[in-house]
Amino acid sequence: MAELKKTPLFDYYQANQVKLVDFGGWAMPMQFSSIIKEHQAVRQSVGMFDCSHMGEILITGPEAETYLNSLVTNDISRMADDDVQYNIICQDDGGAVDDVMVYRFHAEKYWVVCNASNTEKVWQWLKENKKNQHVELENVTQTVGLIAVQGPQAEMVMQTLTTFDLKTLKRHKFSQSLSVGEVADVLVSRTGYTGEDGFELYIPAQETPSVWEQLLKAGTLACGLGSRDTLRLEAGLPLYGHELTETISPIMAGLGFAVKTDKQVAFKGQEALTHQRQAGPVKKIVSFQMLERGIPRQNYLVFSEKGQEIGYVTSGTQSPSLKKGIGMALVDSDQAQIGQQLLIEIRNKKIPAEIIKKPFYKKD
Amino acid sequence: MTEKKRYYTEEHEWVEIIEGNTARVGITEHAQEQLGDIVFVDYTSDLQEVAVGDDIVTVESVKSVSDVYAPVSGTVTKQNEQLADAPETVNVSAMDQGWMIEMEISDPSELKHLMDEEAYQAFLAEEEA
Repeated sequence: MAELKKTPLFDYYQANQVKLVDFGGWAMPMQFSSIIKEHQAVRQSVGMFDCSHMGEILITGPEAETYLNSLVTNDISRMADDDVQYNIICQDDGGAVDDVMVYRFHAEKYWVVCNASNTEKVWQWLKENKKNQHVELENVTQTVGLIAVQGPQAEMVMQTLTTFDLKTLKRHKFSQSLSVGEVADVLVSRTGYTGEDGFELYIPAQETPSVWEQLLKAGTLACGLGSRDTLRLEAGLPLYGHELTETISPIMAGLGFAVKTDKQVAFKGQEALTHQRQAGPVKKIVSFQMLERGIPRQNYLVFSEKGQEIGYVTSGTQSPSLKKGIGMALVDSDQAQIGQQLLIEIRNKKIPAEIIKKPFYKKD
Repeated sequence: MTEKKRYYTEEHEWVEIIEGNTARVGITEHAQEQLGDIVFVDYTSDLQEVAVGDDIVTVESVKSVSDVYAPVSGTVTKQNEQLADAPETVNVSAMDQGWMIEMEISDPSELKHLMDEEAYQAFLAEEEA
């Protein structure tokens, strides 16, 4: 096995005998105790994830806004300072290069947070499409640790570690230079990927273990990639490589809210996406629940009630909160109505399922 | 009560003779640990006669799907009904309450091809090294 990349918490994992798996070239924990226990901690109290494997690319310069706006689907010009915006970077044909979070520090400074396995691809893409615009790009992934603190008690627990009034930090906003415990200079955003309230903490790499240990002491449960996946799926959130790919566009993925085809700046993929939006995509991502016992998994085939093959599962699991099989699938658009009955082929048996509205799990 | 004799496969199944040629089959402590939270134990429905290596049960954890194979040949006589509603029993008690099927062994000499407790522990140690 090739040498795996290490997050700033690698030494902590070694010292505590945390089992690591190869995740897109990174040595990452799948679980610390139990995926279900970790899942429930995030739904009921508070858990945290090492997300340091994600990429951060800094974009600065007088043309930063127009440059970025020409490469992403959402509208950067609508952002105020300290805003975080969900975005998709697309190819000319509308297929997705990656989905990213854009942080605006001010009009001439942004950073783009991308998926770990796509960091190099996004980095090359941003460089190649720079042309002669006045922007500087810097890949700062290695210098930044990232911990996601998620759950209904996230604010309460985090507040014990900082004097900053976290109530003033609204959803999709961030604040720079907070002190968290003994660590200064932490960027904290009110964002996450679990369907719960929570924060993402961008920490100087060498200080990341210290913040992790303080959060543990404050009562936050360490969680791995396994529960991150069941949580995001229950929340109906897409995962790159599953619901969004170079052939599944954001329109097909149901992410039209983040595609501003009529924005002022022309952007890569605009024409293709505008066309898809007007004509309607041939295939789209739907959310479904199993009506009988059975767990859908990626690539399982999906059939219509009449037995005609209409697509495949892009993500699936047994929902720890709902105690039934749930998933997302790419199916023919004319078979994609809410309430439509489907059959999922699981080990040569066709098990009934039903298309439902997402999210699967909604907080009361 | 005397300790019952168990036999093990390289795929981490165990067989235990409970009476005459009647045996129980399950997966080992090591196997359940590797799988993590088990959420579904799916029996091959019309299962009766099985040969060594046939699929007898599919075990699904949150993250993965694995097949359990017949360690010996014979006739499946019982499935552990408890696992339908409480698959997590396999995590809690893999070697006892979490047994998966009962079967009548057709050829007890096949047991000789399996590992005993000591050999299995050595096999585990080697696999982990």
